Amino acid sequence: MYAVELADLHITYGKKIAVSGVSFNADFGTTVAILGPNGAGKTSTIETLEGYRKPSKGRVRVLGLDPIKDHSSLVKYIGVMLQSGGIYTSMTPREAVHLFASYYDDHLDPVTLLETVALERVASTPWRKLSGGERQRLSLALALVGKPRVVFLDEPTAGVDPEGRIAIRQVISTLVNEGACVILTTHELEEAEKLAHKVIIINEGRKVAEGSPWELRERTTLRDKGIRIQVKGNLDAEIASAQLEVQVEKIGDDSYFIYTESSPDFILSLARWLAQHNITLYSLGSGPASLEEVYINLTESAPQTPNLGHREDITGVSDERTL
Amino acid sequence: MNVLYNPLTLPNSARRRWRAFYSQTRAELTMTLRRGESLILTLGIPIAILAFFSTVKVLPTGKESPITFLTPGVLALAIMSTSMVSLGISTGFERSNGVLKRLGTTPLGRSTLLAAKIQSILVIELLQVVLLSVIGLALGWHLRTGGGIVIGILIALLATTAFSGIGLALAGLLTAETNLAAVNGIYLVLLLLGGMVIPLSSLPSGLRIFSELLPAAALSQGLHYALGTASAVPLHDWIVLGIWALLAPAVAAVSFKFE
Repeated sequence: MYAVELADLHITYGKKIAVSGVSFNADFGTTVAILGPNGAGKTSTIETLEGYRKPSKGRVRVLGLDPIKDHSSLVKYIGVMLQSGGIYTSMTPREAVHLFASYYDDHLDPVTLLETVALERVASTPWRKLSGGERQRLSLALALVGKPRVVFLDEPTAGVDPEGRIAIRQVISTLVNEGACVILTTHELEEAEKLAHKVIIINEGRKVAEGSPWELRERTTLRDKGIRIQVKGNLDAEIASAQLEVQVEKIGDDSYFIYTESSPDFILSLARWLAQHNITLYSLGSGPASLEEVYINLTESAPQTPNLGHREDITGVSDERTL
Repeated sequence: MNVLYNPLTLPNSARRRWRAFYSQTRAELTMTLRRGESLILTLGIPIAILAFFSTVKVLPTGKESPITFLTPGVLALAIMSTSMVSLGISTGFERSNGVLKRLGTTPLGRSTLLAAKIQSILVIELLQVVLLSVIGLALGWHLRTGGGIVIGILIALLATTAFSGIGLALAGLLTAETNLAAVNGIYLVLLLLGGMVIPLSSLPSGLRIFSELLPAAALSQGLHYALGTASAVPLHDWIVLGIWALLAPAVAAVSFKFE
């Protein structure tokens, strides 16, 4: 049994199609990251798994249960972290964790849990006075207090400082190592790359890619041979292409892709050229595309029809089977 | 299917449900008592009205002493404040802040959450009634003991059901901010037209007929008859309260959204 099974999910709000034909499965002991731009259908998908939304069409199972019909049975075994809020504003972390623990037959020790998410110092501070990171960590603690087997985290590190991110990542990793399944949505590609065993990219309600971060990067054949650079300064891709006698393409705000072998001679001439044009080189690398490139490529030019064209090559799988 | 991962094979725990109910009730009470504006509304204003109008003789109460008229009216005001205004506003903000949404994914359950909210309202109302009655008695109110108290409790419970329904219906239909304005507006109208501070007999006849259809007037008149005069509560007040107590929760059940 999969922890989460989603087959041909369709969600509509009136005439608006929010999700169209999304399918994926998730195993116990894995993290699945759902990526996509705002309005792509990520939250609608995750809220359907949580039992908030009734799908217009499709099969949804969490722990083998229907999230709507079997909601009262399912909620004992899932943990949910909302994008924001969800806690009484005058309640302290200590009170909130104890209150939520009382809902479950079997729960984590509230004191230990507060230490785990590094909130013991602010355990008596009302929620409204907590920082963004502390609120997120409390929200995560409440999702975990009932020892869930499936955890849904909606943007878990949004607005969290670097230390808080590390703490949240550690908690998620421990949870997954103990056999839980974590489904998270995020805009943070770095987060997905570090945490996820599998990435689902959704755009305009459709799944446009599925696989491990490495597989997605490897399968992206758009720029499989070349050099990626990140610079500070005014680099004109056309001038650079002409003068370096290779094709230079702008792929991000400060990022460029150079279609050539990464030979020592070329790198030397590139460094000289950049120096002559007063452009500072921040990073240089070769190899497969970054997850960010894969993501931008897929979400900026996704097809409007069910035929996903070359994206079938990227997913490498049918909608019915995970990698 | 792995038995360990099949929740349907595990038994329900009544003990857990009681623990959740107790903890949630305590949390609801704590959150209510921490809201300063809620305390002003549920205790501050009723006490101030009782103390002011019983000592400053400006109310048109006729031969009746102001405190005899005011105490049942202020008890009615307190019940309305807690069950409609305080419950409605807090629930509206809980919905808008995602608290209800999150609770919906825990084993707490809607029925336990609702029971805890009702329990906390009844506890606060009990505190209000005791405190206001003591103040009323200190200011010269004569409580008619006997069957009137039981009738008064029944009237209060019926009104609590009606006002809770109105509060929850508005919290379910409106955004938190609109709900805040609407509930406060309704509170003010019912305070003036509900026979709580201004006797219904002082209202123009058309307005009085309209007022007598409101739950606030039925509650204040019911308490006035039950606790103040020890005479039978008119059938009209029972019917009005009964209809509101049936309709308002039904509308709330249909319109209420957890998010």
